[in-house]
Amino acid sequence: MSISTQKVDEVVIRFAGDSGDGMQLTGGRFTETTAIVGNDLSTLPDFPAEIRAPAGSLAGVSAFQIKFSSKDIHTPGDRPDVLVAMNPAALKVHQKEVRPGGIIISNANAFTPRNLKLAGYDTNPLEDKTLDDYFTLYSIEMGKMVTLACEDMELPPRTVERTKNFFALGLLFWIYDRPIQSTKDWLAVKFAKRPELVEANIRAMDAGYNYGETTEIFTTRYTVDKANLPAGTYRNVVGNYALSLGLAAAAEKSGLGLFYGGYPITPASDILHTLAAWKHLGIKTFQAEDEIAGIGSVIGAAFVGNLGITATSGPGIALKSEALGLAIIAELPLVVINVQRGGPSTGLPTKTEQSDLLQAMYGRNGEAPMPVIASATPGDCFFVAYEACRIAVKYMTPVILLTDGYLANGSEPWQVPQLDDLKDFDVTFADESNLIDGQFMPYTRDKKTLARPWAIPGTEGLEHRIGGIEKEDLTGNVSYDPDNHHYMVATRAKKIEAIANEFDPLEIFGNASGDLLILSWGGTKGSCRSAVEKLQADGQKVSHVHLRWVNPFPNDLGEILIKFKNVLIPEINYGQLIKIIRSEFLIDAKGLNQVRGKPISSSDIQKTAKDLIG
Amino acid sequence: MSDTKVKTYTRADFSSDQSVRWCPGCGDYAILAQAQKVFPDLGVSKENFVFISGIGCSSRFPYYMNTFGFHTIHGRAPAIASGVKLSNPDLSVWVVTGDGDALSIGGNHTIHLLRRNLDINVMLFNNRIYGLTKGQYSPTSEIGKVTKSSPFGSLDRPFNPLTLALGAGATYVARTIDRETKHMQVMISRSYGHKGTSFLEIYQNCNIFNDGAFGPMTDKESKADSVLWLENGQPMVFGKEKNRGIRLDGNTPMIVEIGDKWSLDDVLVHNESDYVIASLLSNLTYQSDFPDPIGVLYAIDSPTYEELMMEQINNEIGKKGSTSVQDILNAGDTWVVE
Repeated sequence: MSISTQKVDEVVIRFAGDSGDGMQLTGGRFTETTAIVGNDLSTLPDFPAEIRAPAGSLAGVSAFQIKFSSKDIHTPGDRPDVLVAMNPAALKVHQKEVRPGGIIISNANAFTPRNLKLAGYDTNPLEDKTLDDYFTLYSIEMGKMVTLACEDMELPPRTVERTKNFFALGLLFWIYDRPIQSTKDWLAVKFAKRPELVEANIRAMDAGYNYGETTEIFTTRYTVDKANLPAGTYRNVVGNYALSLGLAAAAEKSGLGLFYGGYPITPASDILHTLAAWKHLGIKTFQAEDEIAGIGSVIGAAFVGNLGITATSGPGIALKSEALGLAIIAELPLVVINVQRGGPSTGLPTKTEQSDLLQAMYGRNGEAPMPVIASATPGDCFFVAYEACRIAVKYMTPVILLTDGYLANGSEPWQVPQLDDLKDFDVTFADESNLIDGQFMPYTRDKKTLARPWAIPGTEGLEHRIGGIEKEDLTGNVSYDPDNHHYMVATRAKKIEAIANEFDPLEIFGNASGDLLILSWGGTKGSCRSAVEKLQADGQKVSHVHLRWVNPFPNDLGEILIKFKNVLIPEINYGQLIKIIRSEFLIDAKGLNQVRGKPISSSDIQKTAKDLIG
Repeated sequence: MSDTKVKTYTRADFSSDQSVRWCPGCGDYAILAQAQKVFPDLGVSKENFVFISGIGCSSRFPYYMNTFGFHTIHGRAPAIASGVKLSNPDLSVWVVTGDGDALSIGGNHTIHLLRRNLDINVMLFNNRIYGLTKGQYSPTSEIGKVTKSSPFGSLDRPFNPLTLALGAGATYVARTIDRETKHMQVMISRSYGHKGTSFLEIYQNCNIFNDGAFGPMTDKESKADSVLWLENGQPMVFGKEKNRGIRLDGNTPMIVEIGDKWSLDDVLVHNESDYVIASLLSNLTYQSDFPDPIGVLYAIDSPTYEELMMEQINNEIGKKGSTSVQDILNAGDTWVVE
């Protein structure tokens, strides 16, 4: 029997297994290899909050989805074409999302009576033919295969069994015609101190690859051509890593010391981990005793002239709120990153959500406006981090940067940025020239930006006191004067509003008027763009605008909105941006709101859009 | 930290132009005055001092010192001061706080500052009452204290700040009294001189809400029997005639009269580097039959957090050489699209 090769434009694969099955790692390797092949790609890791839920349980299923394409894509895909299910629980949790007609590849050895029972199966779905009408099922004894492959190595059976994810990876490499060598090189580095593990995993991977080649079970291999991306050097990048790079880039361009103070919290901790490893860049990281101390230390750092950064998730922002107010009234530059997750309270720690927008906008006592910027894609995290730092320093204000669990852990091919291409980031500390009649006034302002001078301890003649009590205009002394308070509240608000004057005009994807405008912010950009592309291809008069800054709104947003008959705002929350848009612009915007802990699918957006415009 | 080109300062150089707004008769005035006396002579340029405070009467302190100052939020001064010190280790950083600020709302930050041992000087004004909120019991108020929020007497067992500091791993623990101006000057100087976190508790009288809390230690008649003045290497004696001493009976401290039965040789000799002695002394607080120890209970040398942090950074720079973020951007598996 001959094996045919079929060219396809895009494929969505989901790897699913027990938490201990190494699915994130398997997905990560497939992603890196796919990046090297030159496809465009987008990934979505989906793992449980429990570090090791009971083996075989539904709660313990961990998954990793990748979409790769020869075209420019914006999302990790809605429904998988291929599901790799390493055990019954993984099949149970993910089978219903597989595209009808899709492929399911499973590890038959894991379908034991015990595991079937844990997953709630009365009969073995690999044998009872319930799947056959809908899917192409490949039931493979991966456990047995890797045992045979490592037979002569005298390794403990448990160690051998744990290489089965590399068998699955090898098989997928074969089916999708991916090179295998880079993963071999990677294994050699990863397990440099355990050569037997390098050998066992390579044998497992080769066994998987060769299984596809020789068994004749698979009649088709698929190829996906290189994507037509703009020329340049690319790498694959994960959101939290890109964000960390953006912060480091801001420090280097500005010449400021980078001080990061924070408390570990999912899904933000990788930012702390990444920066902590970059001591050779001179970056200082401080694992504080709690969230409040995290931002407290950063406020202290900002007071003495460092670029102060803290990152957390929604619960951490709640704890930092009072300190944010202090940074606002003290007018100190710092960046607070919220990698949003499902809420309220502990909520869904490892799942994505966009439900902290109103918290970012309004979640403080008093009139306490702050700029709010949001990342759109994993790679965009780099640029918004840089921009957040630049704006914070230029306007002497704390800035909130919103990402989310999907952006933080998701990845995409990324054209490597050049520091030289980034906007200038110059910093001027106050000095003797700021003295007025020999006196320093900490609350004088730059006429254009309304920023106050950054006067740091150690500068002779600039000794002054600031604090959380209302400041007197100019002198910064404690003031309870009613008119002064009114003036200072207004001035702090105007300062934030003025930031919009330096935004580029909004990009309208599509016509500047029409039946429907889809308006997005944050991580839903990709789903919205995909939906709009399809709707436009269908001949619909639909356009897309994405907001990078949510506060202040771009100056041209209002005039864009009124040129469309309908406005649709898809959000992974119960309707937050829509509240602000309605109240700011008095338009009858419609929402599409899903809070399921995962990205909104572009097909749902298309459907809602079609319903709206009839 | 002590720079070479330090100007000659007077007390006036450290007084800001803000009028001091504590209640007349408040112990805080005395503390401010001693600080303004001592600071000119510490050998530090004025612009290198930073005062960080939280919330409470004591926390208004930075407004009155003509240095860099930051009056922050309740309980968080140690956290903010940590960021200041780590970002610029050349600064002389002082935290001014109170019993509520440091031990109640900010208890967590206090203990973690102490265990990390940053070179930060903490001055805790302990008046055993909440002053700014007008008279509720504090975490150092004695059991049974009747206040607005405890009309039938406080049920809380009080914190002993010095025991807490020692338990948290402090490398320097001392106590002084607002009325003992000369002693306070010495204690402030020693706080400055200690490399690592210095923890100075200052008994401070709130004449509005808790007047006389430390009366036995400040009243002329009772003072000699109520205060145990600590001096390193000296026997622990007290009393008008210096004829009473602290002796260890097994592990239990007892008061002995020096004379027929006991001689000076039987009295415990203070050793600032002995944790057991410091711990024992700190626990004499709140014991009505013992005098309160005043002075330096504990002082040891230990590397500071910022030294260790800079060491790690310099090691890494030494190992990897100077690196640009561009190098990290360019690293990893890259590919070129033509």
